[in-house]
Amino acid sequence: MSADVQLDQVWIRFGDFVAARDVNIHIQEGEFFSFLGPSGCGKTTLLRAVSGFSEPSEGRVLIGGQDMAGIGPNKRPTALIFQNLALFPLMTVWENIAFSLEVRGVGKEERRKRAEELLELIALPDQGEKMVSELSGGQKQRVAIARALAAEPDVLLLDEPLSALDLKLRQHMRTELRAIQQRVGITFIYITHDQGEALTMSDHVAVMSQGVIQQVADGNTIYDHPETAFVASFVGENNLFKGKVSELAEDYAVVDTPSGALRARRAKGKGDTLSRGDEAFVFIRPESLKFINGSEVDNRVKAKIKQQEFEGSFWQVFFDVVGSDRSVKLSSVNDGAAFGHNVGDQVDLGFSADRAIATPVGELAAE
Amino acid sequence: MVAYWQDFFRRNGTALALYLLISVACWMLLMIIMPQIFMLDFSFRTNVPPPLWGTEAHGYTLEHYQYMVYGSAQSTDSYNFVDLSVFGRTILTAILVTLIDLALCYPVAYYLAHVATGGWARLMVMALIVPFWVNELLRAFAFKIMFGSTGIINNFLIAVGILDQPFDFIRNSVALYSGLSYAYILLMIFPIYNAVESLDKNQIEAARDLGSPWWRIHWRVVIPHAKPGITSGCTMVFMLTAGALAAPQILGGPSSLWFTQIIYQAFNQAGNWARGSAYAIILLATCIIFVLCMMKIFKVKLGEIAR
Repeated sequence: MSADVQLDQVWIRFGDFVAARDVNIHIQEGEFFSFLGPSGCGKTTLLRAVSGFSEPSEGRVLIGGQDMAGIGPNKRPTALIFQNLALFPLMTVWENIAFSLEVRGVGKEERRKRAEELLELIALPDQGEKMVSELSGGQKQRVAIARALAAEPDVLLLDEPLSALDLKLRQHMRTELRAIQQRVGITFIYITHDQGEALTMSDHVAVMSQGVIQQVADGNTIYDHPETAFVASFVGENNLFKGKVSELAEDYAVVDTPSGALRARRAKGKGDTLSRGDEAFVFIRPESLKFINGSEVDNRVKAKIKQQEFEGSFWQVFFDVVGSDRSVKLSSVNDGAAFGHNVGDQVDLGFSADRAIATPVGELAAE
Repeated sequence: MVAYWQDFFRRNGTALALYLLISVACWMLLMIIMPQIFMLDFSFRTNVPPPLWGTEAHGYTLEHYQYMVYGSAQSTDSYNFVDLSVFGRTILTAILVTLIDLALCYPVAYYLAHVATGGWARLMVMALIVPFWVNELLRAFAFKIMFGSTGIINNFLIAVGILDQPFDFIRNSVALYSGLSYAYILLMIFPIYNAVESLDKNQIEAARDLGSPWWRIHWRVVIPHAKPGITSGCTMVFMLTAGALAAPQILGGPSSLWFTQIIYQAFNQAGNWARGSAYAIILLATCIIFVLCMMKIFKVKLGEIAR
């Protein structure tokens, strides 16, 4: 069974501190949904409100259409995987996995059998008699997943469960988590500050900052069509120009910046509030920035090469741009041809208005 | 081993290292090992007045241990029912007091470690500790006054109409059990607190999240984790209760003799140091064997208790 989760005008306060501000999200049943944001943005607080360890100060949490107010974590159809996993060190692996069955009064033989099945699912057959301390980091990870799945939750909640693993294992576990989610078919709600995890695994991502949901969309949309300055600056890398809106069309805006007038797509949704004369940001991703020589482009800025780094599959080039004190970055795929630029060269950089995005001035992600 | 001691001397300097070694050795030898050896030796010797100590008359014998079991030769009983029953009752009461303390202290320790926060927790710890600044004898007398026939408890129970005449808490050992339970309560709370406190809160939440009711969380997660602390607390409370003297002396009823009182009488009133030593050795050995058996049953190692 799987269930949808609805956060309906949820506010969570701790004294004067607002950890979640008017959160409205509908997570479809069976989807892999991620909350992405820097630490302290309120994503774990939201997860605890869904799991029942805390109650929203205002608003409702609905799971499978049912209001969860007053229902404790042991009665909710959710299972939580903790950041530190919280496996029981004094129980064997199979006892850990079968703990929720023990709670429900399932007989020992049946519990053992079910634990074996789950060990099979997480590719750790015949490891049931081991103690948790005998397992490696990745194996513990999988045992934690099996323990949560044994409770047959409608919704599985994961609180940065991969953060303790090394890079290689983390990447491997991403694929594995996604595969497990597709096999069991229940709703996964995943908390992370790692955009790579969020973008690769999720059907939908909610980007969060300071208790506010900035944007909810699939990974592609989050990356290509950010709605706010925070999303544009937090997800992926982005070059930033600041100026005043001088022209507005249905889909485009022209922003006068000290580096020149820049034409860019208008942000949609939450960020669709620009009017003429407003301060605005223009974002352009390093991979959309090009060297140009004479040809027609929507936007053009003058720059001087400050530094260049060769990273194998691509070049990273850093510029000082006329009229801006922010360093600008360009990445260019290494196609085997000689790069042909040197530090100190004066160059023209250009980009298409379609690849750039104009948002209202707002909070930026910390560098 | 040689390397260890060389390192020990290098780290602490010769003077400090010697001081540490000598002071620990003196402490162990003079205050723990020697008195016990003397007592063990005495318990196997004939009881003679001090001038004859070391003479032929001061020979080895098993009579004091036999006395504990069979009584004096003149007695008509086949066993020493008085001493044996006092001994048995002392051990049983010590077990009971230990269980009462465990039942009282586990929830308090858990509350302190995982529920109470900040100032409130500190206030509770103070409230637990401060009464123990008062001398042990004074505390026992305070209990005696409280439980007396015109004490606050009887007065209260009569005032609210539960009793119509004072209940003799002292003769019925209620005062004794209460006094003994209270006497060593800190030695139960703090080892359990230390053990429970080191438990990761997430484990409690994880068990709860997996559907566990509170009692099963304690049974399967908290208590197994706290077992060394629980054993440590129980061991200390049991040993000290079985060996208590002040509380039974003051709070015990006329008919309820404590085994330590018999030992005390043998030393100080009967002038029979040999018998007193034998009885003390019996008490010590019984307590040690009992504790070791309990540790075996509950699968706790000695090293874990010392953590």
